[in-house]
Amino acid sequence: MPYLGSEEVVKELRRALSNPNVQADRLRYKNYITKVIRYMTQGLDVSALFMDMVKASATVDIVQKKLVYLYMCTYASDKPDLALLAVNTLRKDCADPNPMVRGLALRNMCNFRMPGMTEYIEQPIVAGLRDKASYVRRVAVLGCAKMHSLQPNTEIGRDINELEWCGLLVDLCDVFISCLDSHSDGTHSLQMKDLDSWAQSEVLTFLLRYRPRSDDELFDILSLLDAFLLSSHAHVAVATLRLFLHLASAHPTVQADALLRTSAPLLATCGAASRELRFAGLCHVQQVMRSQPGLFGTHYKRFFCGYSEPSYIKFRKMEILVELVNDENVALVLEELRSYCTDVSPELAQAAIAAIGRIARTYSEKCLDILTGLLGLKQDHITSAVIQTFRDLVWFCPQSTAAVCQTVGACVDSPQDSEGKQALLWLLGEHGDQISSAPYVMEGYIDGLKTELSSAVKMELLTAAVKMFLCRPAETQDMLGRLLHYCIEEESDVCVRDRALLYYRLLQRGVEETRKVVTGPKSDPSMSVLTGRQEEPISDTDVTLSSPDDAEEEISLSLGPPLSHETFEKMWLDLETLHRQTLGFPRPRAAPDTLQAALQLVKIQTLAFTPGDTVPWKAYIYTRSTETLILAELLQGDQQAPGSDESLVVSVKQQPVNQHAIRGFVSVLKSVLQTLNVDTL
Amino acid sequence: MISQIFILSSKGDHLIYKDCILTTGLLVALFCLCLYLLILLQSHKGLHFIHVRQGGLYWVASTKTNPSPFTIIEFLNRLAALTKDYCGSLSEKSVRMNFALIYELLDEMVDFGYIQTTSTDILKNFIQTEAVSSKPFSLFDLSNVGLFGAETQQSKVAPSVAASRPIMSSRGEQNEIFVDVIERLSVVIGSKGVLMKADIQGEIRIKCFLPTCSEMRIGLNEELSIGKSQLKGYSSAVRVDECRFHQAVKLDEFDTFRILKVCPSQGEQTVMQYQLCDELPCAPPFQLFPSVEKDYVNRVLIFLKLRCDLPPKSTALNVSITVPVPKGSTSMSQELSSPDQTAELQPKNKALLWEIPRFPGGAQLSALFKVDVPGLSSASLLEVGPVSMSFELPKQTCTGLQIRFLRLSPTQTGLSQRWVRYVTHSDSYTIRI
Repeated sequence: MPYLGSEEVVKELRRALSNPNVQADRLRYKNYITKVIRYMTQGLDVSALFMDMVKASATVDIVQKKLVYLYMCTYASDKPDLALLAVNTLRKDCADPNPMVRGLALRNMCNFRMPGMTEYIEQPIVAGLRDKASYVRRVAVLGCAKMHSLQPNTEIGRDINELEWCGLLVDLCDVFISCLDSHSDGTHSLQMKDLDSWAQSEVLTFLLRYRPRSDDELFDILSLLDAFLLSSHAHVAVATLRLFLHLASAHPTVQADALLRTSAPLLATCGAASRELRFAGLCHVQQVMRSQPGLFGTHYKRFFCGYSEPSYIKFRKMEILVELVNDENVALVLEELRSYCTDVSPELAQAAIAAIGRIARTYSEKCLDILTGLLGLKQDHITSAVIQTFRDLVWFCPQSTAAVCQTVGACVDSPQDSEGKQALLWLLGEHGDQISSAPYVMEGYIDGLKTELSSAVKMELLTAAVKMFLCRPAETQDMLGRLLHYCIEEESDVCVRDRALLYYRLLQRGVEETRKVVTGPKSDPSMSVLTGRQEEPISDTDVTLSSPDDAEEEISLSLGPPLSHETFEKMWLDLETLHRQTLGFPRPRAAPDTLQAALQLVKIQTLAFTPGDTVPWKAYIYTRSTETLILAELLQGDQQAPGSDESLVVSVKQQPVNQHAIRGFVSVLKSVLQTLNVDTL
Repeated sequence: MISQIFILSSKGDHLIYKDCILTTGLLVALFCLCLYLLILLQSHKGLHFIHVRQGGLYWVASTKTNPSPFTIIEFLNRLAALTKDYCGSLSEKSVRMNFALIYELLDEMVDFGYIQTTSTDILKNFIQTEAVSSKPFSLFDLSNVGLFGAETQQSKVAPSVAASRPIMSSRGEQNEIFVDVIERLSVVIGSKGVLMKADIQGEIRIKCFLPTCSEMRIGLNEELSIGKSQLKGYSSAVRVDECRFHQAVKLDEFDTFRILKVCPSQGEQTVMQYQLCDELPCAPPFQLFPSVEKDYVNRVLIFLKLRCDLPPKSTALNVSITVPVPKGSTSMSQELSSPDQTAELQPKNKALLWEIPRFPGGAQLSALFKVDVPGLSSASLLEVGPVSMSFELPKQTCTGLQIRFLRLSPTQTGLSQRWVRYVTHSDSYTIRI
């Protein structure tokens, strides 16, 4: 970083450092060296002083030595020729009687980043590996790693035998290799208790690379590490969890159990004194909840926002609260969220309102009461957020439309920001038939069009006015005419003008044509199938920073929100049969509730089935997989269906189509039914 | 693996910069830009930045691999704690003055991106620089010297700043050990005075200045019970839900006698953490009886009566009460019961702040605020929302956890002073109206 007047400073420092008077006075000399380092930290280029600093390294004062070495490491790559001069001093220090000096010199020499460095450091490293002080040996082992990263194809320590290596690695206090070695003998000696927590988490990360050869070995490792799930250091607990999830990827029950056991340390980090730790804890809780939604339901009070917490924690906590709502805690959670709606920060208030809106998709009545109450506050940002929430709510759950329309109709003041305006206009256009005052509100907007700045609002207004015209032509015709006239003749924004022209020409084609084009579905209940809570299997990569690059696509089923009989029937009739298969064995003779429980275990929900031994025997089941809903019918003994006399026939319907998921589903279903058949025989 | 470590001042100046593995130059400028967005984790070209804010400074680590964020955050916290131990206090000034010491620390703590050690026992062998204390010399340090060697009252009370000095200073070598029981209280009280939520997070923290310390025994209340079901004794048991210990703590006598055995190393460490959820063993320390009325056309009357339910001998310090007021409040007049209290309107935060420096237990204080709000409507009264309080209760633990005794065994040669301190902080104390 160039720094004004840097040359002056460097010149002055050089004068001081080469002044014999200063050099004689050790305290003053050291002060100048400290000054150099300070400038270096600030980003000033002081590499010109390299020669003077090398001279200063010849001292008995260890602190001064350390400072000079720090300087040399930073600038060695800029001044490779001068750095070579320093290497000699460093090599001399490597033979110093004081082990601390030896270690220091060796470490810093390995930190030099110059191409030809390896030939100089190899010999000191090998000597260091055989040093009698453990400190130096440790530095030397890390030196090997540094050398390897400088020149990946070097071989170090050819002449050091295996036993010595083992000792060295134990020295390193990370028992990586030794613990893996012992695996090959079949005896596990993970002596992790004696390590400090950093080494523990390092070893745990390292173990991620290990592939156990058998399930027995796997469970041996897991039971050895079990105690670390409850470690008082959050990072050890999480590293253990990560290892568990990774190793037990084929055993979902083990994974679930590990998640359950780690929930206590995770909750504790959510209340930790350090905010950053709290945030990380909350993010992890959110991840865990995707696979185990019920895990934190009873601890909902832990996620209430503290008054002094920074907003990033509050946002996270609200997201978690929305996800863990259930029948028991909904009242208290809503009351808590309600109290955030009047927060000083408008962003927080809006997020709280949106959170209530999310809960309203399941518990609409209570939430609508709260949201309606909030409109009474007559605060611009709150009104706007509530209207936006209403729009989303109506889209996702149409049963609340009537209540929302009544509220919107009674709402006197209108939102001022463009987001809120768009939401209100959408509601007016889409449900104009249910809001009696809709044309008058819209007229207000059309009259104020000249002062409106946002083109998005204008576009929304055009669409809403056309939609309104289709359902209430008498009241709207006049103002629609004015609106189109203004937008075509006077509007300068091209997008708005084009939209107006489009509607104008559409209307010329006739009302029915327009209706076909403009009106779409008023709500999309199938969206809620997608956005509803789904159980996702957690993978160990989730618990880390970045997302996995090559995630294997594996079929996983989940229950998700229950489907009502009516919805099922409607979907069953609407959809096409995608897959029909004769399973090749009769229906299991198990009791109805056994069958239901068994299917539930693999996340398949039973909706209905014929009781007893009635012929034909039918059962309707459904399940969810990644983003798709699978419906299926099991049939036996029907005369019309071919091949159903002796064995079960399964027909599958799906929305949206995903052949991969169907194959997975059928194989899961087959294995469960087969197991049941074996059991009951 | 950590690639770089920085310490930045709040303005973004580099105080400390250490490059652990070969990385591509400084990316701090980029990081500073992101800081204002207040995001905890950022990444840029595969380099992740993780930062922690402590003592008004940003402690930043960057990494190229994919480690658990917990490891890095805890390491940065530990680094900050060690810096505090070695420099005495944590501020931009003390970091600037002791930068050589911090480089020395970092050099030993992290090598080639691997965390080597953070224990003071090991580090003290390698640290040679002496800390420069950022505090000027004060006569207070001499106040412990008794007149004619007489034992004065003052020597029995540790000054509150005693614990904030460098652990390695050669001056004033005093064999002191501090054991602090610190609890953080978070409470939500509903509109009718019902306790909605109560959590206590507590910890026992040791700050040790003894150069060598053998085993120390800390005796807790014998009737302490852990978990929901387990109850000991007949009378008021002290109960916590869950507790976790530092891995160095020996617990062989904990189950029967509630004794923790630990060999403290120099500096600060947390020996035990515990928590209690959903119920308080005593009444919540403060009860509020508010009334909010519309007075004249444009004026809101807020009458607050605050009662402190602590035992009469104890006091609460630095009590501050924040009451949200309607938007657009312009001015306020107040009637407070004593002159040491202050109140002010903060239009920017839409709140009024009432501060009480000392609040004795069992007392009741009241205050009347008249807030002028132009264009007041009845809906505006709803904006007078939940009241939040912050305070400090010295010599007080809400769980009732006490330290019975503190024994160093075998007895140290020379005098060693042991201090036990209790304090309860309000983490978040909210009362709904």
